[in-house]
Amino acid sequence: MRPKRFKATLWWVLWCAIITFGPGGYALVPAVRAAVPQPAPPAAVLHQYATIVHASYEDAYASAMALQVALKALVETPSPDTLEAAKSAWKRARIPYGQTEAYRFYAGPIDGDDGPEGMLNAWPIDESYIDYVEGNATAGIINHPEVPITASQLRALSEAGGEENISTGFHAIEFLLWGQDQSDDGPGARPYTDYVTSPNAGRDGDRHPSPQQRRGQYLLTVAEMLTQDLKRLVEAWAPDNPQNYRAAFLSANPTEALRKLLSGIGVLSRGELAGERMAVALSTRDQEDEHSCFSDNTHVDIRQNAQGIRNVYDGRYVRTHGTIIDGPGIGDLISTELNATMTRQLDDTMEKVNAISPPFDREMLSEEGRKRIQDAIAALRAQADLVVTIAQALGIANLQVEIPE
Amino acid sequence: MTAGLFVLGAGALPATRKGLSGGEATVGATSRQAFGQPIPCLSSPQQTQFFVGNSFFNRNWVVAPSSTQARDGLGPLFNARSCSTCHRLDGRGRPPDPPGEPMVSMLLRLSIPGHDPRTGVVPEPRYGDQLNGLAIPGVEPEGRVTITYEEIAGQFAGGEPYHLRRPTYTIGDLRYGPLHPEVGLSPRTAPFMIGLGLLEAIPERALLALADPEDRDGDGISGRPNRVWDWTQQRQVVGRFGWKANQPTVAQQTTGAFLGDIGITSALFPRENCTAVQASCTAAPTGGQPEISPELLAQVIFYSRTLAVPARRDVDHVAVQRGEELFAQTQCGKCHIPTLRTGPVDGLPTLSHQTIHPYTDLLLHDMGAGLSDGRSDFDATGREWRTPPLWGIGLVVKVNGHTNFLHDGRARNLAEAVLWHGGEAETAREHFRHLPRPDRDALIRFLESL
Repeated sequence: MRPKRFKATLWWVLWCAIITFGPGGYALVPAVRAAVPQPAPPAAVLHQYATIVHASYEDAYASAMALQVALKALVETPSPDTLEAAKSAWKRARIPYGQTEAYRFYAGPIDGDDGPEGMLNAWPIDESYIDYVEGNATAGIINHPEVPITASQLRALSEAGGEENISTGFHAIEFLLWGQDQSDDGPGARPYTDYVTSPNAGRDGDRHPSPQQRRGQYLLTVAEMLTQDLKRLVEAWAPDNPQNYRAAFLSANPTEALRKLLSGIGVLSRGELAGERMAVALSTRDQEDEHSCFSDNTHVDIRQNAQGIRNVYDGRYVRTHGTIIDGPGIGDLISTELNATMTRQLDDTMEKVNAISPPFDREMLSEEGRKRIQDAIAALRAQADLVVTIAQALGIANLQVEIPE
Repeated sequence: MTAGLFVLGAGALPATRKGLSGGEATVGATSRQAFGQPIPCLSSPQQTQFFVGNSFFNRNWVVAPSSTQARDGLGPLFNARSCSTCHRLDGRGRPPDPPGEPMVSMLLRLSIPGHDPRTGVVPEPRYGDQLNGLAIPGVEPEGRVTITYEEIAGQFAGGEPYHLRRPTYTIGDLRYGPLHPEVGLSPRTAPFMIGLGLLEAIPERALLALADPEDRDGDGISGRPNRVWDWTQQRQVVGRFGWKANQPTVAQQTTGAFLGDIGITSALFPRENCTAVQASCTAAPTGGQPEISPELLAQVIFYSRTLAVPARRDVDHVAVQRGEELFAQTQCGKCHIPTLRTGPVDGLPTLSHQTIHPYTDLLLHDMGAGLSDGRSDFDATGREWRTPPLWGIGLVVKVNGHTNFLHDGRARNLAEAVLWHGGEAETAREHFRHLPRPDRDALIRFLESL
């Protein structure tokens, strides 16, 4: 080739290379596209998020309905078996619910102005406000027949004066099933006879129902409130409703929506899970300073919370009955490198969280157990740091991972 | 706070030093969480302390006996179930709105005439030194407060009208008998929690140097310290916290509030706040002795001392700068001192030797008859009030959704707060009242930038 043409050819080759491998270049060369993956648009990720949120609330609602059935059976036919079945149903209902805690912390349907979070899962509860406690056999609404037990009454009592007397939700039901945990190495042990009503019900005829009757009534009332609140959440996230939260969420500015999504998993990682639920318990060394203190089920809460965070990141949710919902996740919006780092961290967190040996209240009192909890806390904090980094990469500055009150 | 936690990537701090109201203990926070952030550079164990303290600040205390022994012992008589009920998001309380609403983030102190060198007041014999509107099951609450307001019309020098409202308090539903005929009432909204560790670190001699009780320099300002009792040191010291500076340290303020507001006993204050006539209160089960362990109490105190000060906003705005000039010219800065310096603080370099801009001298000043509550508190008379710090005041609306200022929240905005100033501040108020509208607005704008 004569020199001038060679140079021209060289420039042409260079130009081709730039077109091929430079920005926008991959569109021209399908073979190269495989090595440089198409990033998912934020809209696809947000859509998948909404799908997962809806599915997990549906699962929570369905398992709450199943819990309600088991509670009705207990109240109708109290026996050791129906009590055990009710307890199992409660534990099963905690599994999808725990995963939905990743959708808190951005004033969404669960914890916006009228959100039911406090009515569903607030802790600690005023045990003696609800029922008898050790040292006070006639404590609580249940033992005071003059206080009506209705949903509206309980709601009003729970919201009085901007301050809660926690008398509803998962932990109220838990207390009514297990009773106070007085043992060093087991959960609460409420007798099933707490629900046995005699044929001639009441202390004097029909006018004064017995505590056993009222306990059953209380249990069923709070169960109904639980299912109703969860149903509202399902509706808020349902597709094909142009008026609900989901519709607004998906039509809003995608960066804002991403901020919310990331706030949920960031705050749950650092503030709520690592902090409130684990670091504080370690610090107080109070055996019962754990969220599911009556049933000793706290380790499940922790694992499900961690799983919920994972679900959001991966865009993947395994439903109660085994169906897998899988689609674009946060990893698809960021660099391969950052995605790999986060995925490794999420794996590490799950491993550390799963290493916590149940029951939590004994784990937090032993040296090795405390070390395992501390490791999980560290992993969750590292995870939260990465969420902030990811937010920055997506153009979201100042992501706050503290707990909004 | 709400738990303002480890805000990574917090907003950029303003370039000028002036905007760093808390020196190194400043954070660039402007959201609803602005008052709940920890000071920078806490060590990892300190961060945990902050976090645990925050948990016990926010979570409700429950009735004893309870499975959660660390958190039980509420009441028997109380005003709120948690610190954050009143200090919502570590912010300021306000009067009920509308006036018939229950009083949540505000309380009424009680006393009868007399002086006590340890407690500062002589408690009302049946109801103690504070009205508790809530009680645990089986115990009667003490009473219910209603507030009525009288509108007072006024005029700026240019003819523009303004309105102020004067509150009157009545206590109904008294469950333990009639109040003493000479009872004194002092309504007090919850102050915000920012920068307390810094204020605590201002050396006593610096405050005393600002005092001028005899008005020797003839400028009309006669600030003086309130000398109060430190229960830990068992001696008299200068007070600096509370509306009448009746608490000397964050530790004592916190411990006292646990008992008086939530009914939680501690090693320092081991007796429940039940009076002699309140038998069911005295007989009620407690949450252990003491109800809050020394470790957890220490963490709440640590938390309260390490909340950061949010940086100023719009420091270089023209109106703000004009307002700053006027603030000095109208003599506001004589009591609302712009700049002070902290001394050393063990273990917390971020609080040590800081140049801060709290806009307070922490001293008592006679504010005139209009604001008097008629009730003395240690050395403070009814007419005297501590200069409240003005740092962060522009963010109250963002954090707490209101602009109610002064001890009872009677001022519905900053201008009304200024217009209520009397006594030693009468001259400054008159300056303000005579300012042309644009200048008044600039001064307010400056306050809002703090």
